[in-house]
Amino acid sequence: MEKLYLLDDAIISPLGFSTEENMHQLRMGNSGLSIQKPKKPEAKPICAGIIEDAKIDREFAKIGKLEEFTKLEKMAILAIHSVLKRNRSLDFSNTPLIIATTKGNIDLLQTSKGFDKNRIYLSEFSRQISNFFGFKQPPITISNACISGGLALVAAKRLAAVRKFENAIVLGADLVSDFVVSGFNSFQALSSEPSKPFSKAREGINLGEAAAAMLVSTKKPKRKSSVSLIGEASVNDANHISGPSRTGEGLFRSMQKSIKMAGISSKKIDFISAHGTGTKYNDEMEAIAFNRAGLEQVPVNSIKAFYGHTLGASALLESILNKHNMLNNEVFASANFEELGVSKPLNIITENTDIELKYALKTASGFGGCNLAMVFQKEEL
Amino acid sequence: MLKMTDLHTELKESIVEQLNLEEMEPADISDEEPLFGDGLGLDSIDALELIVLLEKDYGIKLTEPEQGREIFVSINKMAQFIEENRTK
Amino acid sequence: MQKELYIKHWVKIKAGKIFDVEETFLATEEKDLNTFLKLGYQRLQISYPKFHKMDGLSKLGILASEIISRKHSFSKETALIFSNAASCLETDEEFQNSMQNFPSPATFVYTLPNIVLGELSIRHGLQSENSFFVSPQFDAALLVDYSTNLINTKMAPQVLCGWIDLQSGEYDVFLCLISSEGKTQFSEEMLRKIYYAENDRPTHRT
Repeated sequence: MEKLYLLDDAIISPLGFSTEENMHQLRMGNSGLSIQKPKKPEAKPICAGIIEDAKIDREFAKIGKLEEFTKLEKMAILAIHSVLKRNRSLDFSNTPLIIATTKGNIDLLQTSKGFDKNRIYLSEFSRQISNFFGFKQPPITISNACISGGLALVAAKRLAAVRKFENAIVLGADLVSDFVVSGFNSFQALSSEPSKPFSKAREGINLGEAAAAMLVSTKKPKRKSSVSLIGEASVNDANHISGPSRTGEGLFRSMQKSIKMAGISSKKIDFISAHGTGTKYNDEMEAIAFNRAGLEQVPVNSIKAFYGHTLGASALLESILNKHNMLNNEVFASANFEELGVSKPLNIITENTDIELKYALKTASGFGGCNLAMVFQKEEL
Repeated sequence: MLKMTDLHTELKESIVEQLNLEEMEPADISDEEPLFGDGLGLDSIDALELIVLLEKDYGIKLTEPEQGREIFVSINKMAQFIEENRTK
Repeated sequence: MQKELYIKHWVKIKAGKIFDVEETFLATEEKDLNTFLKLGYQRLQISYPKFHKMDGLSKLGILASEIISRKHSFSKETALIFSNAASCLETDEEFQNSMQNFPSPATFVYTLPNIVLGELSIRHGLQSENSFFVSPQFDAALLVDYSTNLINTKMAPQVLCGWIDLQSGEYDVFLCLISSEGKTQFSEEMLRKIYYAENDRPTHRT
């Protein structure tokens, strides 16, 4: 069976500019969400995970010219730069860059902010990042709603099997833009307070922005312990383009197929990192799918109330946290969880706990009826 | 102000237009027929569009999406609600 | 064991024409996108009222997939691997315009390129692998490599893959059904050959 090893990573988020900082803040129970003043006086304030421009610029000025890159490009470049500076021997001629984003530089649609109008194209966003580092192959861009970040990781594994490359850099990045705020608002899906995934009082999502980067390899690293992706599947609900399936069909099938590919029994799963957006219908759908898969006893959390929903970055960001949780044998309390508010039982993690983790499941779902499940394994030398 | 019957017709026209019910004539929609489920077969996105329609055409802002459930039952029910709450 | 894979069928929608390897379904001078899409819907005698609620990209996908599915029924696990240059930029612009007054939820939901995959999944009952790639121009190698892997690892028995692009009212659609049966070999070279044939203006990022 082919495996994809998760070698190194970085997270750029309101909680910090490295994976370590992010892990530390989560361990402390600190959230990156804050109440944002609305731009129009008549609009409602929103609760979101925003990275201060000044903070990004302060860091970015050390490695590039501020005026040449958009906010999202700077976040993405900072994330990849952080990974590459620790892995200087990487051969760029045979290392693909795989980028996940739902909306890229969507903030330029209203006003170009002095950038070329092409910058709105997702492939141009990717090209800017690729050129900054000098990747030799054209970047691969995936835009598949809220499972994009995980799907990019999956694409790395699948393409490696055919193209026979050893390493790849995978990136997931998205902004909190007026565009998505306005859209989710029109869906009446935004919570004015920090979201409460799986809780009775949940009333919607928060948006968040982040860039997450990962170095992956088909070759097992010489380390005491390592984590790899060993099973993955993505199955569409074929039900509705925005409403989650009432039966959790696509997610259920994704989990079944990914566990089968991993070659393990579902009883082996020690931990689930759920999508858990905090909307009424998403969380209910997940609870149904987890129950159908016989996973209702497995400790599960959602970290969306720490970051907000970072859209195309989220499934990759959460995979990174997942990996470090596995290496540290720790799981975090499900952020902002109160009283269980789904129709099926779940084993929501209520406090940070040390547990032995060998197999973990990461799930995600999104608009267009898409679902994704990934099984990760930890191996000790 | 429009008479009740005119409001019914106006609503049917804007529903066909706004929700892109191309293969349907406003007159095909009955006053009593359920708009969702077995009736017109509208879905959750249509419900959100109807919320926009209420605000745009009649100046009614629904703060709870759940409210829509009680209002978008039929053309009759919608017209009644609009009559009682319209600001334009 | 690597299986030989074939292009079982293909369809193109380009410059007023809707055609497949065997016949032309529509050839019109109509320049307006929505009128053209409606003409296609009528000509193919599709009865699917939801079509009219969709954005341009999804409508193009429905028309193209309808032609293929009538000649070769899709199994439930037929994967959808699509790509384009402009993502859903046309719909993004439409939503951006609606934002000034009353942001439209029915427009917003289409501001993701993979919604067309969702619409096709619903239309054809496909509970399968989906992925939407964005590249500056038609990337045959990516489609071949990704689709080949899905079939070889038994994640999908067949794949509907291709290019579905819409920019400034100009559309360029090329979808093909990939399976272990057929006559036309599924290769980068063949995909490029069919895509560029009779296509003097392939869409790409300017």
